[in-house]
Amino acid sequence: MKGLFGKIGTYLVLAFFAFLSIYPVMRIITISLRPGDQLLSTSLAFIPEGASLDNYRELLFETGFLQWMGNSFFVSLVVTITGVALASTAGYALSRYRFRGKKSILSGLLITQMFPATMLLLPMYVMLINLQLLNTFLGIIVIYTATALPFCVWQMKGYYDTIPVALEEAAQIDGCSPWQAFYQVIFPLAAPALVITALFSFMTAWNEYVVANVVLQDSEMFTLPLGLKLFQSTLTTQWGLYAAGSLLVSIPVVALFLMLSRYLISGLTLGAVKG
Amino acid sequence: MAATKKDRLFLMALLAPTILIMLVVVAYPFFENVRISLSNMNIYHIRDWEVIGFQQYAAVFAEPRFWNILMKTFLWTGVNIVFHVTLGVFLAVILHQNFVVGKPAWRILLILPWALPQYITALTWRGMFNYEYGAINRVLTRYLNLPAVEWLTSPFEAFLAVILTNIWLGFPFMMVVALGALQSVPSELYEAAEVDGASKWSQFWNVTVPLLKPAMIPAITLGMIWTFNNINVVWLVSNGGEPNDQTHILVSFVYEAAFSMYRFGWAAALSMVIFVILFTFTQIFLNRTKATESVY
Repeated sequence: MKGLFGKIGTYLVLAFFAFLSIYPVMRIITISLRPGDQLLSTSLAFIPEGASLDNYRELLFETGFLQWMGNSFFVSLVVTITGVALASTAGYALSRYRFRGKKSILSGLLITQMFPATMLLLPMYVMLINLQLLNTFLGIIVIYTATALPFCVWQMKGYYDTIPVALEEAAQIDGCSPWQAFYQVIFPLAAPALVITALFSFMTAWNEYVVANVVLQDSEMFTLPLGLKLFQSTLTTQWGLYAAGSLLVSIPVVALFLMLSRYLISGLTLGAVKG
Repeated sequence: MAATKKDRLFLMALLAPTILIMLVVVAYPFFENVRISLSNMNIYHIRDWEVIGFQQYAAVFAEPRFWNILMKTFLWTGVNIVFHVTLGVFLAVILHQNFVVGKPAWRILLILPWALPQYITALTWRGMFNYEYGAINRVLTRYLNLPAVEWLTSPFEAFLAVILTNIWLGFPFMMVVALGALQSVPSELYEAAEVDGASKWSQFWNVTVPLLKPAMIPAITLGMIWTFNNINVVWLVSNGGEPNDQTHILVSFVYEAAFSMYRFGWAAALSMVIFVILFTFTQIFLNRTKATESVY
């Protein structure tokens, strides 16, 4: 097996799956570069004939794209800040102290992961109707924060578990209050986990479609997924806009994700195994 | 640390905001959902609804499509997980071999489907499945001389399209988890197995698989939960269950019932049923796998 054939086979398999992975992305690039008169082309060429950036220009200046991006950015930022603040403190408490109800809190958080999308969304929707809060960012921010929180708390708890308790005991002997010991000693040490928590909260809000589709109704209020879906549903005319928009949205996300994916996995497995 | 009295206040301050949010945004709606599931709430009774008992649950189980879609959801989850895990472990083992050059680059290429926002993936695959202009039919007809497939307009093919999309989307996660676990496998184990004359295949089953298990079991559990409840891909690729509501899994079916047909009570009851199924299922799975683990 270790012979020449084995090696060639290995590279062939890797190349095949790598091709499968990037092919859809290549399609998006191609479609985004198609000039207006070829939007519905059956050509499979990577660089289309007469490639142009018209779709990008139209997307940025003649559609609601920038507005949606602003909306998404605002919502995601608020969710990230709240998520990090809450998960870093709650995770710390759950990692460092033994108290009654701790197990129930931890398993309660896990159980929320089994809720179907409609389970909380439906009562929230009814509540938002009754409070006349439908179509507001507040509603969606609260839902996203609560969705991201369980995973983030577990993540932070798992990471704190790996930091020796001796550190804050020493700090407390030196005269720090428990809060100072946490905030000045442990919190900075947890930076890698904080980055992952921030990324995860941000992605939850940035990528979410189903909840947004129910809560946000006015196209002025749309987040990116709703906006891009709008282009895609009228496939005949706006396929190019969809492709250009997808690329613009994906590039920073993919870059961030790839930079951080290593930590993400160590955190994931750590949290799971330590649980 | 056990919480002393002095620590209590600090502990409360750390936990209180999270608990409060979870109570208001998760626990309250959860119990509210239970109440709605026992009520007659629908589009005509949004504000003036009342609790009527278990009729909605009876209606859920009496719905002829429920059992069909339940089976489809199990099929969907099973097929996806099997492919995610086998493809993921297969690629991880292949990529982990010593002689492979450029590992970081291969890994980046193979992680790409996971890194892309899911809704973009789903919508893009929907475009690629388009009968006339989609890349998949183009490849089939032009390079493989096969007939074009009605991916999105006939029920079986549409469901297949959704599954294909989700398999593509999910293998990188399992691959990365497996890669992480493989890195901690000491190479002496393989050397010892080789000395004993074990074949590659038996090395895989007797050395690699048992060592992968501790990392893979939690990942598989999470993967099952995510897949069972993955409304994004189903909803976006099939455009809300097209054709003719034939491509639903439970969670998309209930989403449609709630937000397109406003059958709130019924949808709430079905949500509860989904939750109970998933909860029971994961408990059994976790117990089973733990039981086999202690045998080693």
